Amino acid sequence: MEKNLLTNAGPVLEKVNRRYFLRSAGVAAATGAFIMSCTLEDHEVDSQVVDLGTGDVGILNYAYALEQLEAAFYTQVIATPYSGMTAEEKTILTDIMYHEIIHRQFFKAALGGAAIKGLTPNFAGINFSDRASVLGAAKIFEDTGVSAYNGAGNLITDVNYLLVAGKIVSVEARHASAIRDLLNPNSADFAGDDIIDANGLDLASKPGVILPAVQPFVVNKISGSGLPQ
Amino acid sequence: MNFFNILDSLEKFDGDAVGRIEHASRRFFLNRVSRKMATMAAPAVLATVVNKAYAQSDAAINVLNYALTLEYLEDEFYQLGNAATGLIPDMYKRVFTQIGKHETQHVAFLKTALGAKAVAKPTFDFTAGGTLAPFTNFDTFVFLSHAFEDTGVRAYKGQAGNLQAAQDKPYLQAALQIHSIEARHASISRRILGKIRNNAAIKGWITLDEGSPEAVYKGSTSESTVVQAGINLVGLDGLEGIPSDAVFKAATEAFDEILTMDEVLAIATPFIKK
Repeated sequence: MEKNLLTNAGPVLEKVNRRYFLRSAGVAAATGAFIMSCTLEDHEVDSQVVDLGTGDVGILNYAYALEQLEAAFYTQVIATPYSGMTAEEKTILTDIMYHEIIHRQFFKAALGGAAIKGLTPNFAGINFSDRASVLGAAKIFEDTGVSAYNGAGNLITDVNYLLVAGKIVSVEARHASAIRDLLNPNSADFAGDDIIDANGLDLASKPGVILPAVQPFVVNKISGSGLPQ
Repeated sequence: MNFFNILDSLEKFDGDAVGRIEHASRRFFLNRVSRKMATMAAPAVLATVVNKAYAQSDAAINVLNYALTLEYLEDEFYQLGNAATGLIPDMYKRVFTQIGKHETQHVAFLKTALGAKAVAKPTFDFTAGGTLAPFTNFDTFVFLSHAFEDTGVRAYKGQAGNLQAAQDKPYLQAALQIHSIEARHASISRRILGKIRNNAAIKGWITLDEGSPEAVYKGSTSESTVVQAGINLVGLDGLEGIPSDAVFKAATEAFDEILTMDEVLAIATPFIKK
């Protein structure tokens, strides 16, 4: 099972990283100023490690970090809609923004004083005026969210939090399906063979796979070293 | 030690062992090695199958058989629908073919996991006693599809705690991985239903407890629930990005709810002949 999941998730996430790295590099070459800002960012990253913590609290902070990222992304999408956004797309993306904001604030409230701080997103690789860039990023965020929650289920000890994770992951999967269908309508992509294995199982990845994949989207350096494995 | 003697004795103990090992062998070797090679490597395969391919506890077996029953139902439903001439418009054929493929895969996966303890496939009646015509009427077909998928999502979710208590970790994760597939199916099926009915209130996610039949969306924990882990979502701080008149609906959409085993069986019963 484990091998199955890793081979499932790995290539997708690797491809994501490479694509965003290349896109960022392209931006750097075009603007010139990028290298300086990157250096400043790196300096900041080193001095501000955000430690997710241990046990169930660590897993909840892990979910909180992912939801922060998703909420910030969709807030930006709706604040600066890409050209040609249809009414259907606007409704779907607005709904998803609401859901992610609620998820984020739910985890913040559930964690109370144990919550990590608000993270600073880095969406430099996403062109918010371009439909393909925005929906492509949305697809990655949703598939990653599904994979992360599915992979974290076994790491949660409190059954109530397992249940909450289950209640959220199916909504993330509904999002992933809708976004994928916007990109390639009425195709098999809503649950495509690129991510679903031959047993009909969805993605599942451990934090050790997910965190490096999402790190490029966050200015703060995130540490999951205390998380259950 | 002779591999075939092991198989013979294992089959006396467990009539389905040979089939399961063949299945595992196929998966492990991807049909690319010769029979001789497969036989040479067989002890390793056998060890893997005996140690890992079984669900370990009675509690897990109970849950997986429950899941298998639902998957049998969904699998047959899509097989009949996808085979029915003139039912599914061309533009939607790829969607329902893909859904059907997954349900067939889920049946095979669960049967492998359960081995000899797998329940037999029931006889289904998708007319629910002559009241529905899902294989001649596309609206009815999509209506049942979305109801079955949403039931599936809620049914798997309802068993996560039982699988956790059974300490059968590989199957907890597998159940979660099937669960999110059912949710992907539910999302597309609901969106198609919304389009063919020209009803914008039917979205990929469940608003309040919108949806029919009622039993799928209400139950002891209704889909309109807004209190999660003791926290009232509507009263959360930091919801300024959501218009106040949209908060309640969005809160119901943002979390899916469970159905109990009894609630699910009550929903499925009209479609099961025996």
